[in-house]
Amino acid sequence: MKKLIAYLAMIGLLAGCAQPIPPEALQFQPDTLANRQLQSRKYDIKSEKELLSASNNVLQDMGFNLDESNMPLGVIVASKSRDATEAGQVAGAIFMAFMFGANAASYDKVQKIRASLVTKPASTNNPIEVDIKTKSGKQIKFEQQVEMPNSYVVRVTFQRLVWNQKGVMTKIEGINDPEIYQEFFDKLSKSVFLQAQNVN
Amino acid sequence: MLTKLNSVRLSLIAVMAATFCLAGCQTMKERVLDSSADGQTSVQLRNIQTRSFDTSDKAKTMRTVIATLQDLGFVVDKADLDLGSVSATKLSGYALRITVSVRPNESGKAMIVRANAQYNSTAVTDPKPYQDFFVSLQKSLFLTANNVD
Repeated sequence: MKKLIAYLAMIGLLAGCAQPIPPEALQFQPDTLANRQLQSRKYDIKSEKELLSASNNVLQDMGFNLDESNMPLGVIVASKSRDATEAGQVAGAIFMAFMFGANAASYDKVQKIRASLVTKPASTNNPIEVDIKTKSGKQIKFEQQVEMPNSYVVRVTFQRLVWNQKGVMTKIEGINDPEIYQEFFDKLSKSVFLQAQNVN
Repeated sequence: MLTKLNSVRLSLIAVMAATFCLAGCQTMKERVLDSSADGQTSVQLRNIQTRSFDTSDKAKTMRTVIATLQDLGFVVDKADLDLGSVSATKLSGYALRITVSVRPNESGKAMIVRANAQYNSTAVTDPKPYQDFFVSLQKSLFLTANNVD
């Protein structure tokens, strides 16, 4: 038994030296398309610049601070730090502290929420079907998307990093709650409307 | 029950494991320069991390790189069209950070795309994750990823 523990410890130590990257990390998954739809919304607006500006206003409304922007690529990156305490977790921590001493208690204290927002020209529902022969003589067929004038797609993605009351990182995750995206795009719709009306 | 011999053997294993781990660790110089990552040469690593795509449109390639990264669950950290570089992070119980650079080749008719990634605090040097990334990218780009010599 002790030997087994020693071996396990050894394997654990070695595993700590070279962690393998999960095989699905860089592959498209069955839910990729669903996530894309959840995180994207199309807007009819004159220019990509106006859409980015309206988006920036919404992010500011939500208390985000700008980290990075690149207009030619349609990219805005913003983040904010917020409280992460949840009543249930704190109650659990108090129970743990009572049973096993103060060191056993752990509850989430602060979180950093990051958002990246990317715009791109929307494409029509009628792509051009291309059927060509390459230099090497290979026949390829594909659909060439046609850009739609005055229509752009926004895709926003959120993620968060959570630390407990001792400053130890407890969670790093993507945020995939449909309600959050729904509400964000509702706000953006209003902002785009106001932008079009030139109201501040 | 633990006999004396067993306990000696046990501590020996523990000491060996510890030294093994220390031996596996690198000096600061090697860590800063990544000079001997798994005995790979920088040429090998560059080949693993680089593909060429038959397009002359840098902005479109970069936009597609960003869209692919978003599809893969990454949140963009930085993007710069002039420099041709995009960095993004995926958080999913682990932290995977990737930087993708796009530059035209000598003729200007193809884009050289290079990606390098770190998984938590280790460099990704295994070819498979990069293959996966370029397969995902070429699906979005409707172009074939060619190897670069």
